[in-house]
Amino acid sequence: MTDTAWIDGALISARPQSVGALLRYFRNLDTAEEAFQNACLRALKSWPQNGPPRDPAAWLIMVGRNVAIDEVRRSRKQQPLPEDEAISDLGDAEEALAERLDGSHYRDDILRLLFICCHPDLPATQQIALALRIVSGLSVKQIARAFLVSEAAMEQRITRAKARVAGAEVPFETPGAVERAERLAAVAAMIYLIFNEGYSAGGDTAEIRTPLCEEAIRLARLLLRLFQSEPEIMGLTALLLMQHARAAARFDADGAVVLLDDQDRSLWNQKMIAEGQALIEKAMRHGRSGPYQIQAAIAALHASAATPQDTDWAQIDLLYRALETVQPSPVVTLNRAVAVSKVHGAQAALEMIEQVAPRLSNYFHYFGVRGAFLMQLGRTEEARVAFDRAIALANTSAEAAHIRMHLDRLMRDSAAPAAKASDRR
Amino acid sequence: MLYAILCYHDEDFVGSWSKEQDAAVMKKLAVVQDKLIKQGRLGPVARLLPTTSATTLRKDDPPLVLDGPYAETKEQLLGFYILDCKNLDDAVDVARELGSANPGGAYEIRPVGLFEAGKALK
Repeated sequence: MTDTAWIDGALISARPQSVGALLRYFRNLDTAEEAFQNACLRALKSWPQNGPPRDPAAWLIMVGRNVAIDEVRRSRKQQPLPEDEAISDLGDAEEALAERLDGSHYRDDILRLLFICCHPDLPATQQIALALRIVSGLSVKQIARAFLVSEAAMEQRITRAKARVAGAEVPFETPGAVERAERLAAVAAMIYLIFNEGYSAGGDTAEIRTPLCEEAIRLARLLLRLFQSEPEIMGLTALLLMQHARAAARFDADGAVVLLDDQDRSLWNQKMIAEGQALIEKAMRHGRSGPYQIQAAIAALHASAATPQDTDWAQIDLLYRALETVQPSPVVTLNRAVAVSKVHGAQAALEMIEQVAPRLSNYFHYFGVRGAFLMQLGRTEEARVAFDRAIALANTSAEAAHIRMHLDRLMRDSAAPAAKASDRR
Repeated sequence: MLYAILCYHDEDFVGSWSKEQDAAVMKKLAVVQDKLIKQGRLGPVARLLPTTSATTLRKDDPPLVLDGPYAETKEQLLGFYILDCKNLDDAVDVARELGSANPGGAYEIRPVGLFEAGKALK
């Protein structure tokens, strides 16, 4: 790996801690970001010559803080700017700062940085964009690309989000246990949203959007490293890993959706599955179940089945039932119905989803699943109506194409007996 | 003499590699490893999953199960090699070669006192 690649990597990985600490010093997001940018510029100049510092984050925080303070002084014209070498020559100071950073604040620094991105006033899309820009350090161009919008539109979205965050009150004191738990939950939800942005992409855009999945996994691991004993953060990380492990098998060469049952399981990433499995096993030992852990356990049952027929649907049904208890939602019921159809048949599953039908009347997946159940029951005409509705509600062309495939099969099957009847004539 | 080469690196940094960067490093390492295999002196090699997947058992009385790796360090133990070397100089040379394929971090070179190959695992 070249020197510049090394420096890029070091800057990316030091970013959350550095910006988080600078935010604590300056209590202003723009100042903190700018200070970090300036520190990065100095690093690009200094590191190739003087070698990388032992602790890049501590170096960046130190330099970023000094440069920002100098800017303030310069603008006040009180003191001349010190020589560049004087700033870069940090030696002992860096080490002392690193010591202090180690134990105490940086955990809450990073959490705070993530937390201000999920301010409740911000719509989900702005939360995600802000986190990717500020915490992950993706460029506006990269984010715009992943969201399939123009750079100008994304720039505007981020600026707007920042302005709203700047106007909001950000708590800088060290959070108490309850507050920390609340922040963790909000941040976990935001990371899940980032993942979903990438995961819900159609085959045509999967390639440019999957970096969002990878970034979400990176953030989840970061969060878990800060909060090693939080079973729900283990569950979240495991869930993302388990889902993303299937990425290579989820679309065919033409970008069409490949359903779980039809996926080439040899394409699943076994390393990610193993990591996810290890995290679920760790989480379970705590005996404090939660939605992320349950969903991860469901994903793990799918991932550990060598063939679709080996899937433990009865256990999946139980897990969805547990999920319904902790997080009641018609979508969860819909998912459970799929497990029920495998264990108890399509009739039982259909009755189950009819109870939640009014709340899912605009939900693509509801009609897709309903159509599939009706098809299994041989109620062709009703299935066709459901599939038509699903196509009308599809969010991506891949979703629509997938339902159309079902419809075509339905037409073929229903056309066949008719043809036979006419032959007999 | 058998030596263990313990690989330490900042896992945040390694974790920020793209799939392509990771693959490129592994490919370069494979070249060095292949050479060692041909020389008949490469034993088990392991790349460990992230420390977030680690659990630590403190052998107190009663033993305590803790989440996370044994030590909180800036650079983490991410893998190891076991290999046969003539002496320390030889082991340092091998480590150097591995290091130029995968720069950054550190290798701890430790002579092995007892080695049991166990059963060859899949």
